[in-house]
Amino acid sequence: MLAFLIRRISQSAIVLLVMSMLVFVGVFYIGNPIDIMIAPDATPAEYARAVKELGLDKPMLTQYWIFLKDAVHGDLGNSFVYNEPALKLILQRMPATMELAVTAMLMAVFIGIPLGMLAGIKHDTMLGRSIMRFSILGFSLPTFWVGLMFIILFSVQLGWLPSGGRGTTVELLGVPVSFLTWDGIQHLILPAMNLALFKTSLAIRLSRAGVQENLQMDYVKFAKAKGLSNTRIIGLHVMKNIMIPVITVLGMEFGGLIAFAVVTETIFSWPGMGKLVIDSIGVLDRPVIVAYLLITVTMFIIINLLVDIIYSILDPRVRLGDHN
Amino acid sequence: MADINEVKQPDLNSVQGDGVLPMKEESLLVQSLKEYFESKTAAIGLIILTVMVVVALLAPYISPQNPYDLMSIDIMDSKLEPGSKTMDESTTFLLGTDSQGRDMLSSIIYGLRISLGVGVLSTVIALIIGSIIGLWASFIGGRTDSFIMRVVDLQLSFPAILVALILLAVLGKGIDKIILSLVIVQWAYYARAIRSNVLVERRKEYVEAAKCLGLPQRRIMFGHVLPNCMPELIVISTVKVAGAIALEATLSFLGLGMPITEPSLGLLIANGFKYMQSGYYWISFYPGVALLILIVSINLVGDRLRDVLNPRLKK
Repeated sequence: MLAFLIRRISQSAIVLLVMSMLVFVGVFYIGNPIDIMIAPDATPAEYARAVKELGLDKPMLTQYWIFLKDAVHGDLGNSFVYNEPALKLILQRMPATMELAVTAMLMAVFIGIPLGMLAGIKHDTMLGRSIMRFSILGFSLPTFWVGLMFIILFSVQLGWLPSGGRGTTVELLGVPVSFLTWDGIQHLILPAMNLALFKTSLAIRLSRAGVQENLQMDYVKFAKAKGLSNTRIIGLHVMKNIMIPVITVLGMEFGGLIAFAVVTETIFSWPGMGKLVIDSIGVLDRPVIVAYLLITVTMFIIINLLVDIIYSILDPRVRLGDHN
Repeated sequence: MADINEVKQPDLNSVQGDGVLPMKEESLLVQSLKEYFESKTAAIGLIILTVMVVVALLAPYISPQNPYDLMSIDIMDSKLEPGSKTMDESTTFLLGTDSQGRDMLSSIIYGLRISLGVGVLSTVIALIIGSIIGLWASFIGGRTDSFIMRVVDLQLSFPAILVALILLAVLGKGIDKIILSLVIVQWAYYARAIRSNVLVERRKEYVEAAKCLGLPQRRIMFGHVLPNCMPELIVISTVKVAGAIALEATLSFLGLGMPITEPSLGLLIANGFKYMQSGYYWISFYPGVALLILIVSINLVGDRLRDVLNPRLKK
């Protein structure tokens, strides 16, 4: 276990380093941020001063070295646009993204699993087939298109829900959250539904397959023979057995929600880190782009590591280490 | 991958595809076609897809207007509702016009051409590159193999959109760049899929026979094993085209993909997005519908093809 951890962590460090190099060098080559930041009528002297102030006149390798040295100290550079530390900007917006992702995950669990179980029990009926059709649509429709349709339908046509922003927020442990005010909840519903769609479809498929598999098992037959009601068999015994794999898979997909939040946040102007990075790419705010990508990649590496560890604890048949 | 553990059934195509019995080969094709059309939804999907491909290919000849020819558009016609006519009543805009006065129907037809082109091209390139690398890795084995597979695993552990986001943040906009990043996003999948196929195939008798004949390894790899692995991969890749098109549309919508001069369906939707709140819904609604129909019909066709052609799923 310890050897595995050391190996995995050192591997992750290498991946991060390679990633930082790739991202830094790549982002270094796109456009010239000065052109966007400085007034068009600036004199050459002002231009040169701005270049010098931002350190853009130094050779690329030096810039990377400075970046790396600072990064180790938790300083990923100042945003060209906001003139604030990039890391701080992203951390400021992380709670909004997390709130959205967690809400979407909860929706997927509490809508997807019951629907999937229903589809599994009544697989030969109209209802079962409709649920499966819905899940196929959820898989194949592009998220952003569904988001647009939500806005057209619920905001523009029906006027039920707001189409953008976070609404009124209140502080919870020093972090602004939306889900504690009615206005905030209204703002949260559409984006969370949009983000949850794909994972809901996934939950439906997984739990349907789980139910169908479990209904064939001996313990169900035994429970029936014992005279237990169907509700009890399904709601208690089958449910317990399908939850573990479904929750595990959904847990692994949590990172995906954060990545996909980029799309949802852009559509619904949700002020999270995904929207920040898209805006930053638009104005070539290099430090923010680099910081976002590094933070997200780090998060993914940590999530993957945790999933591997938890999996080995839950299921001793999975051996950590080399598969070959 | 579960594929490794599964016992692969003999591939019907490879048994009969050697030209020894041409009659039987044809009957197999007819049989598959018949089986395909047993599903009505899949048949409808194929018809719609065919129409869309033909429309996309013939775009310059059949679209009512060339939306990128500045001479043919008039700013006076901007943001017209679907079904409205030009001032002199000469042309009707079936699906309305956008903020520049371009006919939406024509824009959609041209956008379809770009979306479909990018999706198919990137999938084909990824299929070729991925299978060559996967095949090569699985034959070399050892450290190279495990290194490549580790890279593949690592890449597949990140969601496609994140990988694409990193690449496009690095590469910038452009049709070549979006194709490149779609290829990079997809190759790993094919590399892994072909590797698991090869591991099964190479234990078969025909490989033994080829070895006994003293054929060079390269020939066994590309001449014998590869053709037996490919059909399945090609079938899977049809569904993957839909994924590539959706990803390209998403990226273009975010403003990361196509440049404004080559608007794919995703970019058309993005352009209309800012007018949607003001009630000009059609500017992004209809390109969205076109995208949707395209993706769903590819999925229908791809799923059916997989069911019909994959002997493993046969009862």
